Amino acid sequence: NLQESESENKLDGETASDSESKSEFGGSPPVPTSDDTPEVLNRALSNLSSRWKNWWVRGILTLAMITFFFIIIYLGPMVLMTIVMCVQIKCFHEIITIGYNVYHSYDLPWFRTLSWYFLLCVNYFFYGETVTDYFFTLVQREEPLRILSKYHRFISFALYLTGFCMFVLSLVKKHYRLQFYMFGWTHVTLLIVVTQSHLIIHNLFEGMIWFIVPISCVICNDIMAYMFGFFFGRTPLIKLSPKKTWEGFIGGFFATVLFGLLLSYVMSGYRCFTCPVEFNNDTNSFTVDCEPSELFQLQEYNIPSVLQSVVGWKTVRMYPFQIHSIALSTFASLIGPFGGFFASGFKRAFKIKDFANTIPGHGGIMDRFDCQYLMATFVNVYIASFIRGPNPSKLIQQFLTLRPDQQLHIFNTLKAHLVDKGMLGRLEDA
Amino acid sequence: EVDLEERLAELDLRSDSDIPDVPLPTDSTPEILKRALSGLSARWKNWWIRGILTLAMISVFFLIIYLGSFMLMLLVLSIQVKCYHEIITIGYRVYHSYDLPWFRSLSWYFLLCVNYFFYGETVADYFATFVQRREQLQFLIRYHRFISFALYLTGFCMFVLSLVKKHYRLQFYMFAWTHVTLLITVTQSHLVIQNLFEGMIWFLVPISSVICNDITAYIFGFFFGRTPLIKLSPKKTWEGFIGGFFSTVVFGFIFSYFLAQHQYFVCPVEYNSETNRFVTECEPSELFQMKKYSLPPLLQAVLGWETVDMYPFQMHSIALSTFASLIGPFGGFFASGFKRAFKIKDFADTIPGHGGIMDRFDCQYLMATFVHVYITSFIRGPNPSKLLKQLLILQPEQQLSVYKTLKSHLVEKGILQPSLRG
Repeated sequence: NLQESESENKLDGETASDSESKSEFGGSPPVPTSDDTPEVLNRALSNLSSRWKNWWVRGILTLAMITFFFIIIYLGPMVLMTIVMCVQIKCFHEIITIGYNVYHSYDLPWFRTLSWYFLLCVNYFFYGETVTDYFFTLVQREEPLRILSKYHRFISFALYLTGFCMFVLSLVKKHYRLQFYMFGWTHVTLLIVVTQSHLIIHNLFEGMIWFIVPISCVICNDIMAYMFGFFFGRTPLIKLSPKKTWEGFIGGFFATVLFGLLLSYVMSGYRCFTCPVEFNNDTNSFTVDCEPSELFQLQEYNIPSVLQSVVGWKTVRMYPFQIHSIALSTFASLIGPFGGFFASGFKRAFKIKDFANTIPGHGGIMDRFDCQYLMATFVNVYIASFIRGPNPSKLIQQFLTLRPDQQLHIFNTLKAHLVDKGMLGRLEDA
Repeated sequence: EVDLEERLAELDLRSDSDIPDVPLPTDSTPEILKRALSGLSARWKNWWIRGILTLAMISVFFLIIYLGSFMLMLLVLSIQVKCYHEIITIGYRVYHSYDLPWFRSLSWYFLLCVNYFFYGETVADYFATFVQRREQLQFLIRYHRFISFALYLTGFCMFVLSLVKKHYRLQFYMFAWTHVTLLITVTQSHLVIQNLFEGMIWFLVPISSVICNDITAYIFGFFFGRTPLIKLSPKKTWEGFIGGFFSTVVFGFIFSYFLAQHQYFVCPVEYNSETNRFVTECEPSELFQMKKYSLPPLLQAVLGWETVDMYPFQMHSIALSTFASLIGPFGGFFASGFKRAFKIKDFADTIPGHGGIMDRFDCQYLMATFVHVYITSFIRGPNPSKLLKQLLILQPEQQLSVYKTLKSHLVEKGILQPSLRG
């Protein structure tokens, strides 16, 4: 990576106290980014002016990313999980590298190892919680996995503590402040990047539609707001991002809500998108097969009288999920951009143009995902609050750790409740 | 006019020795103490002040324990707020950012949000009957996560809208500083309260072990100290460390013995809806019932007994004391490093002779998390009433399938007799 090697050259022969000369620069110089566009594209577009070239590069890469997105959806949940994991690692790497560049702290002892170690610990903790829930029967069968899952929190905590103690032992005189900065930087990055990616995976397991619709809405809002801004943009939206306009914002909002409605309509018809992802122990693979819940069954809705005169229909057949998609699209259009503004402010604060130069014309992976941060958390909170209750297999797992008398008490209460509801006949041996 | 951003960027890159000291807080020793001790030399005066304040703090601690769980919860909450305030104030002083727009309000707002989230989760569990009776509370509990998230988002959006040109970096620093502080102080304090609800003994023994380790390590270091332990804290010695370890284990062992006998300390705290008070009354679990343990032959020869009557909890107290003595100090080293990094002598000057509240609690950070993880991993399983509540929220078909699974499991284990077919 050209950017990293340039910064490393600067550090040769410098010590941390050799900073008087730096003040002559008037602050940290902007992190250099090199042109990463592949040779092929460069030659193909060599005739056009640089402005159009930029447009074409962005356009081609956008199409490439969307195609890639469709391919992995086709490949299934396992590949999606792996992709989410890779994106998470790359985002973490990008943000940590910015920290290194800002603080010129490549030569800090241990720190790169410690950052990756903390990433591993937090991922271990989160994946352990998820794996135990969804792969419950698999875990119960294998003895070592069962022990790991039973004492999971303790093991994760012990691993984290080891990292913490290593950090304390690695503190070096004259570099305390830098080390604490990087420690804080690592933890905030973990908080943002790793938790979001795990919430995305939770949403994915709920049903692929809960993964695809939010992400598509954010992407659509990005593109629509840009187009509306390009054609109609006049009033600036916020000082942080001078290119954003109110016209783009509002146009993007309506376009995204409409897009969300249409996309949900198309997707709700297919079981592979609406069914929760489950792990089949016999075939040792993921299956998406179920009886669609009532969210994904067509229902007649009465159109309010206002719209009746406009549209000419009295009722319309919709999936209930489409109503939820309005909430998701609204969030993606109104609050999602704040994630983008946050990232813009961050880039200005640390005087960087892009997070990295991974994608030509677009910047780093983080640049593409900055609006997605809040979306994943929102979808997860939304599902937990309004859609489903707790996870049954997790409850069973907790039940099995109780004492026998507690188990009996709960069993009898549940039985009485079911009999009450008429789900269970008194003499029936269910 | 020097660009604030550029000046800060320079500051970041300089080594620690170039950073100017944060001005020392003023001496806030009360007048009474000053007059009483005016006769002594400065060194003895310092000693006396520390001693008197130590005794005062321990007395306050005992008083609050006597007053009960509710007062303890309030105390924990006040300490959390004060610790948060101390760390945030340091951030302000380091970055000279008192005049940043909105930031003080935002910091307190985030503290409120996170506390609301955590207290909401706890209240829903423990005050279940109280909550069931009131309609508004039921609504708040049902959509608790959504409401908390919405509150947090409002703060986040306010932060983004408050970003001001030329102050971006400072504002991001304070944002991150706030979040890391919340992570440290607020989560720990809630884990302390969860431990407290498990039984006051789970609150008292860990905290006392850490305090005991502090004091005995100091005393051993004072009398026998020779080999320095770590460059970060030059006053700590290996002799103090090891001596403190053994004394803390013995202390924890003996202290648990006394506490385990009283229901007041041993029983989980429960909220009684009729009397609207907290009660600690129960059948003590097997952890707190005397058992005979056979001594290993090695100790038999030394002590001359063959068996000893102990509470199983005392074995757990050894684990707790070991953690308090071996890993707890790392929390203290972390705080020392932090103070050196930002060139402050104490976190604040709240307690004369001792510094701020944080200075007293720096070793407690990791302890609370450890005790919580220890309890959930080794002592108790999940809370049965919470589990039942979640079961009843499920869809009827899910409930039926769960019922079948549970039934087959119970029959398998012989807990439930298979019913006869009619």
